[in-house]
Amino acid sequence: MLPMRDAIKRSGFVRQKTINAVVRYAFMIVLAFLLFGIILWISGKDPIQSYKDIFSSTLGSAYGFSEVIVTMTPLLLTALGVAIPSRIILINVGVEGQLYMGACLATWGALTFGDLPAWILLPLMMLLGMIGGSLWAFVPGYLRATGIVNETITTLLLNSVAPMIVSFFIFGFWHSPMDTNKTPNFSTSARLPTLFNTRIDLSLVLALVLLTVFWFVMKYTRWGLEMKAIGGNPQAARRNGIPVKIYLISVMCIGGAISGLAGMAQVSGFYGVLLANFSRGIGFMGFLISWLAGGSPLGILLTSFVISIIISGGNLLQLTRDLPYAVINVLLAFTLFVVLARPNFLIQRKDA
Amino acid sequence: MTLLSILGVLSSAIFSGTSLLYTTLGEIIDQRSGIVNLGLEGVMLVSASAGFAVTAISGNPYLGMLVSVIAGGLMNLILGFLVVSRRANQLASGLALMFFGFGLSAWIGRPYVGAKIRGLPRLPLPGLSNLPVLYSSLFKFDLLIYLVIPVAILVWWLLFRTRWGLGLRAVGENADTAFASGRNPLLIRYQALFAGGLLAGLGAAHLSIAYTMNWTEYMTAGRGFIAVALVIFSKWNPIRAIVGALLFSGAVAFQLLLQSSGIQISPFLLDTIPYILTILVLIIWGGTRKHAAPASLGRVYQGTE
Repeated sequence: MLPMRDAIKRSGFVRQKTINAVVRYAFMIVLAFLLFGIILWISGKDPIQSYKDIFSSTLGSAYGFSEVIVTMTPLLLTALGVAIPSRIILINVGVEGQLYMGACLATWGALTFGDLPAWILLPLMMLLGMIGGSLWAFVPGYLRATGIVNETITTLLLNSVAPMIVSFFIFGFWHSPMDTNKTPNFSTSARLPTLFNTRIDLSLVLALVLLTVFWFVMKYTRWGLEMKAIGGNPQAARRNGIPVKIYLISVMCIGGAISGLAGMAQVSGFYGVLLANFSRGIGFMGFLISWLAGGSPLGILLTSFVISIIISGGNLLQLTRDLPYAVINVLLAFTLFVVLARPNFLIQRKDA
Repeated sequence: MTLLSILGVLSSAIFSGTSLLYTTLGEIIDQRSGIVNLGLEGVMLVSASAGFAVTAISGNPYLGMLVSVIAGGLMNLILGFLVVSRRANQLASGLALMFFGFGLSAWIGRPYVGAKIRGLPRLPLPGLSNLPVLYSSLFKFDLLIYLVIPVAILVWWLLFRTRWGLGLRAVGENADTAFASGRNPLLIRYQALFAGGLLAGLGAAHLSIAYTMNWTEYMTAGRGFIAVALVIFSKWNPIRAIVGALLFSGAVAFQLLLQSSGIQISPFLLDTIPYILTILVLIIWGGTRKHAAPASLGRVYQGTE
């Protein structure tokens, strides 16, 4: 349905290019903050004070910084779940659904085998989460590889199905005696260990390792080369004997598995319990991040970090400035709009 | 199970299906011109909150409806600026618009959470007014419900029987060719998005001003995405969309019926039926081009300079 070519930047970064990119994005973010400031000002809040709040609450203290990292972790994984398929022009809009299915299966593991020690249970839950996510990605991948249905449509539709399946299990079978909309708290052995006495959990390490592996595979292995070939010209790749169909299905499943892992990390690390409708768009945000970052590992890391600052800064705005929490979505959207619209002054800079 | 309960279910299906159908019609216009609007959820939320707020302030539901419709059109113009003028990726822009809608609607609607409004007045069906009150109260619909089928036919007429519609579909199939035959793809896409936004605004207005008559955050609960599914299901055809919307809201009605007759099926599983049905239909169509998706759906028109 969509040519994703423009999302895939050519590999081989020059340092100057990276610096230019950083400067450009910084300009864009400043512009977004200006726009949001105007809205704040119109609605009678003090924009400068609000921004001070956002930055002092996120970057000003160790605790605030750790909260930014906590917000960033699932975004890294979901963005990776989009970025990997995007390398062979697969558009995975279904991370949201894959995340839910991963969380669903991982929760089943946690509730059924809750007595097992952590060193068995956690890998088991991770595996289950990855299976859940990749199952949810297998269907679109298979349908795409056989040329039946475009993966954009199917992943989008399956997104809406997954949360309902999760709700079905929670309300029907798993709900705790007290609440109907969530499971009982997981046993301690089903919780991902936290790091440095903060809410940062092990999944951060996992995400960073996976990003590095992704970078390594794309740069130094045969698989990466073949994926680049498919991304460049699927026809030519097929004629050169690359098993394009197998790549389409398996890469989609890998993307799904990583999204499923993000779901597992959310329930096991962040919440410690499976809530109905817990995600509220983490998967969609992952899609946007991957798209903005052009699918590059370093770009994903930077973009997720900036977006996490905005998101977790929003928490404080709600408390001190008497704004609904969802308002931070406006600032987020302004940032995205500005980046998507690529304002003119940036293009002129490029020419110079 | 009584006749009354069946009628009640039917009536509630009509209420919940109306906003869906308006939104779907809007998305059909968008997609016929070659633009996928994934931000519908956000567009609807902003329209619903703006319409509700104005109704609460002015006490006039028709004024609220008007504001809601205009808000929908304006929201879609944001998308138009990004994807038409700035040539941004449509999926990403749509999702950004969705997040924008989440935030903006919460902001607009916040003072009005729990506010009481006088909703769109409900008018009884002619000829049914001499029925017992119990029955006739079920079939008192508001203006928007009576208008939804004529609007669907109007949209069909606009798309398939006018020069404007011909140009719009031409742009959706191949913008370069449309340009070569003297049409302005950029302008047509803006018009399509604006018209689509107006209709999405109508759907949202029905939701907040006529149906639920209150405002809560995320009140659309996935209707925007259902509409996108419905567009595919109805093969980008406004008349088929009527059937699709009936089917979708029929699933809701069916679920209520089952519950009232004591059969226990999880409502969540029933809610998945429309999506799974759409996927099955897509699989049955297979890779053939018969399903009439606009050929350049989602493509960026680069211009011919």
